[in-house]
Amino acid sequence: MEILLAFLIVFAIGLILAVILTLAAHFMRVEENELVKNVRCALPGVNCGACGYAGCDEYAKAVAENGENTNLCIPGSDCVAKEIAKIMGTEYKDVKELVAFVNCNGNCDATTSKAHYDGQMTCRAANLVYGGPGKCRFGCLGCGDCVRACPTGAIYLNNGIAHVNPDICIGCGLCVSDCPKNIISLVPQTAKVWVMCSSQDRGAVALKNCKNACIGCKKCENACPSGAIKVENNLARIDYDLCTACGICVDVCPTKCIHRI
Amino acid sequence: MENFKTLIIILMSSVLVNNYVLSRFLGICPFLGVSKKLNQAVGMGISVIFVMLLASAVTWPIQYYILDTLGLGYMQNLLFILIIASLVQFVEIVLKKFIPSLHKSLGVYLPLITTNCAVLGVTINNINDKYTFTESMVSSLGCGLGFLLAMVLFSGIRSKIEESEIPQSFRGLPVTLIAASFVSLAFFGFGSIVENLIGG
Repeated sequence: MEILLAFLIVFAIGLILAVILTLAAHFMRVEENELVKNVRCALPGVNCGACGYAGCDEYAKAVAENGENTNLCIPGSDCVAKEIAKIMGTEYKDVKELVAFVNCNGNCDATTSKAHYDGQMTCRAANLVYGGPGKCRFGCLGCGDCVRACPTGAIYLNNGIAHVNPDICIGCGLCVSDCPKNIISLVPQTAKVWVMCSSQDRGAVALKNCKNACIGCKKCENACPSGAIKVENNLARIDYDLCTACGICVDVCPTKCIHRI
Repeated sequence: MENFKTLIIILMSSVLVNNYVLSRFLGICPFLGVSKKLNQAVGMGISVIFVMLLASAVTWPIQYYILDTLGLGYMQNLLFILIIASLVQFVEIVLKKFIPSLHKSLGVYLPLITTNCAVLGVTINNINDKYTFTESMVSSLGCGLGFLLAMVLFSGIRSKIEESEIPQSFRGLPVTLIAASFVSLAFFGFGSIVENLIGG
């Protein structure tokens, strides 16, 4: 008899709770915006933040509710942009695919250390000790903070400096913000010519520190037929909107710091 | 006045002396799982306080008015789990509908707490200690605050651990467990302090 009572009580309480929950779920359902959900499904979901929003959810919300551009997802590139444009019923806009690029070629053959660093092997820590152990105060420290930041494993260390494999890179820019030297930049995937140096030292100093340095001689600036290269602060910079990848700058560079595929 | 003093003692002792995580070793799972970052630890702690208060408020009358009158005290564990789980679900639905901002900030922690043993522990201990309704609410508040305190303290310690060089074999969970045991040992120092401070 007693077991029956216990059974009934538990059953009754369970039933009451179940009814309350069902009713609550039914009457207090929150209508989720279908568009947001669909856009979110189309996004890759890596939450990299390359679009400028805190994550894929935020971007989906901005697209669906505030009419944000549909071509901001760089990892997803064209196919995601097409998908979102289709969901939103707007015209498809091309995505400017970006890849990360390490603007330094100060490998172990070109430059040496000014001191022996024996601390924690992260770039951030090494940079705190007089700007790192390398002779060039602008160059890659080679401890691999960017390698650890990369969600796709596109960055590898070779001969003391970091390299990006552009085929795997999704252009999220996480490495850019993790590099204490700020030498990683996002360049258009179509770029064919790069300045592999970040040194803003005067030419003689830069060359003394590293054989592969840009010495700011302006030969490339004068040779460029489309005016895409400018030398600022002793460092050549390429404007990729103007660059035609003709390769003249690569040929005239005396230190061979401009590279081409 | 005497009553008020009892409440203060209950509050202080459940925060410091009988800290649920560090002295009674309940709720270790979120303590180790969600204490990596400070803001997560705070979010989890606040959610726990909220759920503990709510759960005690509901289970206390059920124990005294339903279970005890029918002589079914032994069904306590089963029913409390059932009630806490449904309660948390219900609260989540209500929050999502009426206070979306709070729902967003409590976020994933609410469903995580559904089966947290610390919440069940608080409700059962309130009954075992024969607290009145007010006392059991104060005790739940104290336990929640104690949980929050433990989470915040430990998230600070963990961020220190992450910066330091640790021998290979201790990295990750081992060093976290050792650190947790040290914090727990430190909390044993509070034993009997509270009664002497306030009780006199």
